[in-house]
Amino acid sequence: MILKHGILAALVGVALAAYPYAADAASNIEVKAGFLRVPHTQETLSILTIPAADDAIAGARLAVEDNNTTGSFLGQAFTIEDIRLQAGDDPAAALNTLIAHGASFILADLPAASLLALADAAKDKGILIFNISAPEDSLREDNCRANVFHVAPSYSMLADGLAQYLVWKQWRRWLLIKGSHPQDELYAVALVRAAKKFGAKIVEERLYEDTGGGRRSDSGSVQTQRLIPVATQNAPAYDVLVAADESEVFANYLPFRTWDPRPVAGSAGLVPMSWDGSHEQWGAIQLQNRFMKLASRRMNARDNNAWVAMRMIGEAATRTGSSDPTIIRDYLTGPDFAIAAFKGQKQTLRHWNQQLRQPILLGDGRMIVSVSPQEGFLHQTSELDTLGFDEPETKCKLQ
Amino acid sequence: MNGSVKSGAGVVASLAFALAAVPAFAFTAYISNEKGNSISIIDTDKLAVTKTVPVGHRPRGIALSKDGGELYICAGDDDLIQILDTKTLAIIGTLPSGPDPELLILSPDGKLLYLSNENDNLVTVIDVATRKAVAEIPVGVEPEGMGLSPDGKVLVNTSETTNMAHLIDTQTHKIFANVLVDARPRAAQYTPDGSELWVSSEVGGTVSVIDAANPKVKQKIAFEVPGLSKEAIQPVGLRFTPDGKRAFVALGPANRVAVIDTATKKVEKYLLVGQRVWQLAFTPDTKYLYTTNGVSNDVSVIDVASLKVVKSIAVGSFPWGVAIADQ
Repeated sequence: MILKHGILAALVGVALAAYPYAADAASNIEVKAGFLRVPHTQETLSILTIPAADDAIAGARLAVEDNNTTGSFLGQAFTIEDIRLQAGDDPAAALNTLIAHGASFILADLPAASLLALADAAKDKGILIFNISAPEDSLREDNCRANVFHVAPSYSMLADGLAQYLVWKQWRRWLLIKGSHPQDELYAVALVRAAKKFGAKIVEERLYEDTGGGRRSDSGSVQTQRLIPVATQNAPAYDVLVAADESEVFANYLPFRTWDPRPVAGSAGLVPMSWDGSHEQWGAIQLQNRFMKLASRRMNARDNNAWVAMRMIGEAATRTGSSDPTIIRDYLTGPDFAIAAFKGQKQTLRHWNQQLRQPILLGDGRMIVSVSPQEGFLHQTSELDTLGFDEPETKCKLQ
Repeated sequence: MNGSVKSGAGVVASLAFALAAVPAFAFTAYISNEKGNSISIIDTDKLAVTKTVPVGHRPRGIALSKDGGELYICAGDDDLIQILDTKTLAIIGTLPSGPDPELLILSPDGKLLYLSNENDNLVTVIDVATRKAVAEIPVGVEPEGMGLSPDGKVLVNTSETTNMAHLIDTQTHKIFANVLVDARPRAAQYTPDGSELWVSSEVGGTVSVIDAANPKVKQKIAFEVPGLSKEAIQPVGLRFTPDGKRAFVALGPANRVAVIDTATKKVEKYLLVGQRVWQLAFTPDTKYLYTTNGVSNDVSVIDVASLKVVKSIAVGSFPWGVAIADQ
């Protein structure tokens, strides 16, 4: 461990200058991560999106493999421990278990409330948390935390990515239909904001009430093809039906069943997302192939976010020659951090709320139709900052 | 050089294209079309595609045999390397490659092919005469670029997700140095005098200059094009003029080739070419530099002396690799 101390001393002494030479160090460093997750609902409208048992964690496992290949040249070893929670469980107990096992980095696939509870329980414990699934803007704004990095895009980033494309298509008149759950409302708010931001008009806002019941049945299509036209009739003239249904109640029923023949976007039809099993541009096919080999299925957005989070940890450990969360944190929030994640350009962190800047893919589940930011949406710092809340409007005060 | 001197008609045609009137040699450029599943063959005298040859699936890296008689083609989706007879334009065989071969390079004596297997984190060494794999070298995640020192003693492989240049002793097939560079390294090229190794980083947006004798990054070259976001500048293909005075770097979706003074490391000029410029190759007389432009489905021809783009030639779908033969 003498060598390791040498590296730390060098880092303290000459700071950034030490990074390029970290590769030469024959160090032996263990980087331990934990994965906390509450399994997502199996109640999906389409059987194709029922989460697998290794949903999300499989992406982290692939990145651990990738990090270990790199680590083999540097004497660095990466591991991840998986803990599954039930909805409503206090994540603090699991956090303590992971800390007891030596983990300093936690990938969280948790609902927003649990994520906040985790962040607060981990405060002052030298733990870095990576949010890989919660899209709530509040986590990046009023409720932002200094120990949380957001790999998953926010609702506002997703909505802005979609809005830019719809406006580019000149589909400016939107009929908005939203579900009756709190998550649906949050997504709808982001879509309304995006419409205003990019010059689209919401001609009418409708509520699709969740009246309960199962998502799938043998004769489902017979009923839905009668229900959806009724729910969408008598609308003012519109170009595109935009749906906010985060709860898998109705959005996937909309395409091809609307009263007026119109395209559907949002929670179904053309969906804004951070990743999809059909994405293969910019070398993404290589990641998809590696993932298929490991998990025998295609990589979804949560799998990908987990891969990116673990790669961020790996990248920081490689560049700094350290597993110390303070040093890793300084690197990730510093000027040199950038991650290559198969979306056509480098991804960096918004320093004001620790959100990963990233392009938003627009796809229908079979093909990627387009990638935002769209051409012509300019920004003085990064065109990626045309997506979501920007620095001048942020309410985040990291602490 | 056994190229034939231009005919009189060729000179007239060449004047029409506003190229140098001095008689030049006709060379043959081979362009791999990644989505076209074909090789476009260009007569560099006529500056036109003379033939398009269908090959395997997803052809990317290509390399010529020492005598120019064979073209080795990485057919990535077929998991093999095809051998194209450059006279008959027939596929005359295959080489074992391991899964998803992407790029290859021929040893200076022409006897060995080194290739990167993107899916398996391996560099494979193939004996050309026996068509057999003689070694596999484990490297980082997503091996990509391949470079050789001028004396052939050091093979360099870049790994895109590990972000390293791996320096391999070609005698022992062992890695003796790993050099961290910026994100998603692509091409690796030694300066002709062998003193420096340059590595382009597509996502990092830089070229790292590595001291060959003491393998460490000694300098990074960054790029700036007015009106373009920094994310759009993605260095990929990299070539030095044989005299070592200039380097040309393809900048991907920036649609430009940067011209760098090798001594000062300063960018002298940005040349506007086609869209998503990828790989580069000189004609054997170094008069012209060919660039493959993936998104615009064409090749740009740069006049090396005047640093001007003199011609665009439409080729197949998503041109990727380029190799140019003496004849």
